[in-house]
Amino acid sequence: MAIVNMAIGGSPTIFASGAEAMITLDGNTIIKTRVQKRYRLKEIDETLRISRTKAEARLISEARRCGVPTPIIKDVTEFEIKMEYINGTSLKNVINPSLAGQTGELIGRLHTCGIVHGDLTTSNILFKDGKLYLIDFGLAYLDKTVEARGVDIHVLFQTFESTHENHDELIEAFKDGYSRMFGNACEILERVKEIESRGRYA
Amino acid sequence: MKISILGLEGTAWNLSAAIVDENDVIAETTATYIPASGGIHPREAAQHHANHIADIVRQTLKKGGRNISAVAFSIGPGLGPCLRTVATAARALALSLEVPLIGVNHCIAHIEVGRWKTPAKDPVTLYVSGANSQVLAYRKGRYRVFGETLDIGIGNALDKFARSVGLSHPGGPKVEELARQAKQYVPLPYTVKGMDFSFSGLTTAAQEALKRAALPDVCHSFQETAFAMLTEVTERAVAHTGKNEVLLAGGVGANLRLREMLAIMCEDRGIKFYVPEKRFMGDNGAMIAYLGLLMYKSGYSTPVPDSRVNPGFRPDDAVVTWQ
Repeated sequence: MAIVNMAIGGSPTIFASGAEAMITLDGNTIIKTRVQKRYRLKEIDETLRISRTKAEARLISEARRCGVPTPIIKDVTEFEIKMEYINGTSLKNVINPSLAGQTGELIGRLHTCGIVHGDLTTSNILFKDGKLYLIDFGLAYLDKTVEARGVDIHVLFQTFESTHENHDELIEAFKDGYSRMFGNACEILERVKEIESRGRYA
Repeated sequence: MKISILGLEGTAWNLSAAIVDENDVIAETTATYIPASGGIHPREAAQHHANHIADIVRQTLKKGGRNISAVAFSIGPGLGPCLRTVATAARALALSLEVPLIGVNHCIAHIEVGRWKTPAKDPVTLYVSGANSQVLAYRKGRYRVFGETLDIGIGNALDKFARSVGLSHPGGPKVEELARQAKQYVPLPYTVKGMDFSFSGLTTAAQEALKRAALPDVCHSFQETAFAMLTEVTERAVAHTGKNEVLLAGGVGANLRLREMLAIMCEDRGIKFYVPEKRFMGDNGAMIAYLGLLMYKSGYSTPVPDSRVNPGFRPDDAVVTWQ
């Protein structure tokens, strides 16, 4: 999700705007609103926005219970999630092999919990006070298959490769961390290689 | 000398030959296989192509009458028997004319003809046909697949549903027609998984829904659900890639409701939406000839021993040599 910091007077700040939601910041609360899509029928549009908002809030809390730091949910209404604002820096700006290892542990815990994030990038992981937080569960879902977990990791590796020079080192450190937290890590990491060779999800 | 390429297309039910140069289509001849009943039978379609290809090529060469620089053909993806029939003709032609043979990826030909015949330069493409449903965009030497169907193509889904209620092939246009008479929406499963989508569950559910709803209402609900899924994934790809154009390609692109949804999405995002003329949307020889022309100019050719067809040829397996 592209960050477009647009401060408007004293009103909430539009923080980011992606394909389906708008993020605003009000004090120390982040508000994620799923916006209406004019192209689809009202019945379909509302059903989707309500069910996805509910599912996202549930997965954010579920991940937290499994030991993955995520924002605390403050309130959920039909189209809106209000959650804790984590005033950290994006992992993209600070990544090093040690943090890549921590990221591996984080994702290992998430996958052990049965959750696939669906949009893992170094922008969706925040670093604050020595700790990593996972954010934006908009594409997350419950899935325990090797394929889903493999794609999840492959997508993250691609952001390592496209934005960081020492990516091989980062990938190795991630694998170590992931293997520490996830039982059958070998099988998943083998699949990541295979997915890469298919040349998809670029 | 001016480059002109002869292109042969016959991946499914449409057999078409065309000659293009850099500016335009010089000649095009088409023969379409219409099944007597049911859907496309691969062997019958291939037989149809075998019966007509010589005549189609003869007519095209007669109309286009000029020196051919190379012969291009769809090497995949498509129905095996159809691909093999047309590939055999292409090899024979290239050898007898003593010009290079060029095997082109059928999906990419749909995109390139759109970039040729509309102002689109670097679009996110929604390619929707009988067998294929993909969202593609160019990045680092390849057309990447950002989202695609996990089971059947949208055209097949529409055709299957149409056949089950007794509408003849192709069913898509008939479903579109009936949908206009709908009075209400019937809830149907909406399946988007990350960037991918699925249509087989929707097709089954639509057939089930007929037990409690009228046919026009189900047609309308089928279209609304399926096209919203396609539009959503296209929008995600646009947001992800940061591109500011959307191109619609493939035979299902003729559907006016699908066009309308994409147009609204693009308008709301402030980006451009392009739809080529209808003759360039369904399978056509001109698009094969045109991609052949781009590849020819880049110095690419397919030696006859390497010209075996590939029914599962993915667009992201093709190296783009011409951009």
